[in-house]
Amino acid sequence: MELLSGGEMIARALEDEGVEYIFGYPGGAVLHIYDALFKDCKVPHILVRHEQAATHAADGYARATGKPGVVLVTSGPGATNAITGIATAYMDSIPMVVISGQVASHLIGEDAFQETDMAGISRPIVKHSFMVRRAQDLPITIKKAFYIAASGRPGPVVIDIPKDVTRPDEKFEYQYPQSVKMRSYSPAQRGHTGQIKKAAKMLLAAKRPVIYAGGGVVQGEGSELLTRLARELNYPVTNTLMGLGGFPASDRQFLGMLGMHGFYEANMAMHHSDCILAVGARFDDRVTNTVAKFCPGAKVIHIDVDPASISKTVMADIPIVGPVRSVLTEMLSQIAALREKDADLPDRAALERWWRQIDEWRAAHGLWHGRRYADSDMIMPQQVIESLYRVTKGDAYVTSDVGQHQMFAAQYYRFDQPRRWINSGGLGTMGFGLPAAIGVKLAFPDREVACVTGEGSIQMNIQELSTCTQYSTPVKIINLRNNYLGMVKQWQDMQYGGRYAMSTYEDSLPDFIKLAEAYGHVGMQVTQLADLDAAMEEAFALRDRLVFLDVFVDRKEHVYPMHIAPNGSMKDMWLSKNERT
Amino acid sequence: MRRIIAILMENEPGALSRVVGLFSQRGYNIETLNVAPTDDPTLSRLTLTTIGDDLRIEQITKQLNKLVDVVKLVDLTEGAHIERDLMLIKVRAQGALRDEVKRTTDIFRGQIVDVGPSVYTIQLAGTSDKLDSFVAAMADVDILEVVRSGVAGISRGEKVLSL
Repeated sequence: MELLSGGEMIARALEDEGVEYIFGYPGGAVLHIYDALFKDCKVPHILVRHEQAATHAADGYARATGKPGVVLVTSGPGATNAITGIATAYMDSIPMVVISGQVASHLIGEDAFQETDMAGISRPIVKHSFMVRRAQDLPITIKKAFYIAASGRPGPVVIDIPKDVTRPDEKFEYQYPQSVKMRSYSPAQRGHTGQIKKAAKMLLAAKRPVIYAGGGVVQGEGSELLTRLARELNYPVTNTLMGLGGFPASDRQFLGMLGMHGFYEANMAMHHSDCILAVGARFDDRVTNTVAKFCPGAKVIHIDVDPASISKTVMADIPIVGPVRSVLTEMLSQIAALREKDADLPDRAALERWWRQIDEWRAAHGLWHGRRYADSDMIMPQQVIESLYRVTKGDAYVTSDVGQHQMFAAQYYRFDQPRRWINSGGLGTMGFGLPAAIGVKLAFPDREVACVTGEGSIQMNIQELSTCTQYSTPVKIINLRNNYLGMVKQWQDMQYGGRYAMSTYEDSLPDFIKLAEAYGHVGMQVTQLADLDAAMEEAFALRDRLVFLDVFVDRKEHVYPMHIAPNGSMKDMWLSKNERT
Repeated sequence: MRRIIAILMENEPGALSRVVGLFSQRGYNIETLNVAPTDDPTLSRLTLTTIGDDLRIEQITKQLNKLVDVVKLVDLTEGAHIERDLMLIKVRAQGALRDEVKRTTDIFRGQIVDVGPSVYTIQLAGTSDKLDSFVAAMADVDILEVVRSGVAGISRGEKVLSL
């Protein structure tokens, strides 16, 4: 058997695991590992400019491909800088393996230089973590980390490795395990047949059904099955922010996103439904509004691979624990069997009435109907997303940061495929968009990747423009520039009497064009609506260049609809600055 | 309602902090906590008592089960069970009170395990209620120090929590 040092084992294990990219940043505690990577490792390493960006890039890669993203950082500040990105991945259930260096074993606990208790600091935001004490344990630990990160409800796993464990002069037998079994970890492989049958019956008996599908459908590769189920039954579908693309947005049966900034028809349909099929969604507070008033007439069927997500906030009438794919497969066959016995299922007349009602809601206030842009002579932010959608033919990977631009992108870019919409939904991490776009572009170099952002968010990881130069990742940055922290300003307008506490930058914004150029990229500015499409086309025509498209948009615009809180239900929404339900 | 949750978990560094961290992170209460290795040195047995309605207890057990180090767990209060809390209590025992303390200790079936010229140290095992009652019965006595192990519990009958 081959003899390798700890550092070499890590390099080799990542190869054997089939890792495509390592995102990282070197430092004292990981230098043995970096030396091993340098000498002999087929996995390319992407040097970011800040460890937070390494985690977001790995995260973007993971969201786009479904494979775990891999991060390598040093101890102390390297590890703590990675924390925000790990928490981001944790909240959205993204598979990620983070290898962090640690000070040498004999220094642990002595407040050594660049020492931090990474296992302790990361504990509440990881699916699991390991501290490796002996080089011999590295292969099995790495195997376990990948297995845990990617199986069940995915999530980030941290492997903390003291420097001496990777020392080059001590070699041990290396064999990478083919598989791993853990007595304390066995995620559900399939749902309970009896429960699925009960759910199928309830679903077929529904008169006002809604399918409410979340990120679990995307992460669990359940989109096709979900789409089949919805189409076979002709049931309406709404997606969470994380679930967008899980059902084709251009389909007639799609109600749009639901929740705080969800579509009117989606929130209305939910509120008036008599049966909600929740698939890979977790009844987040940004979805439900006031839980006590949530969908008063609805029975809830809840499919999730994580039992703790079921009946956490909203009680499920029929809980089903299992992977989305296997549960939906079984549900489809149960439904087929039930319909074979009774061809009148589901109640077509009731469904027709339901669709008529939904169409009425759509006509009354769909996003696509009757939008009034006329009261501004500036470009409206929504128009930028519509332009992006047109120019990329709805086929781009779109990453976003957090704020108004994120909601506009979610509302106006119609995602027809899963894994195309890459955003920090749970944690709401500003600075996510650009590094995530790097990860996506590296995974799919031939696809268009757009990062929709704002001046606030982009400046939280602007240094990654340099990474884009180094690795030639020609993403397109679409900056919706309104000179405010837009979402903060919106809340201040609505709830704080327009007192803009710290939500403006006054005249301190950089010249983004020059900034992009300083990093060797192309900067373009758009201030007139008439120029928007042409500029967008030009940006995407420059296939090999990163383009920073700085679009000056209306400064006053708010995101609507918006749930009325506190104490509102799903159906209580602001529809514009002065209309509400 | 008070619940006793018994957990079998990997005897790994960090496992206990994950359990304890989960409680503070999610705003659950721990009333008592007791942990020690089992006859199988790779496994630790942890018993904790907590208070909450059915919904909260369900969330707690689900979240605990999600921890990778947790192998198995059971809510002992769902069935017949035995619970024991161990208390060592040091009291001032002088004059007439010396006899009084001894009598009360006997009534509670405790033992005086250390004797000094003016102090007794008493050992008492039982349910948490019993220990509370003993402390209440010592109302007239000067209590110097109390230490309790926290509840350890086990199911009655054939039911076992093992691999």
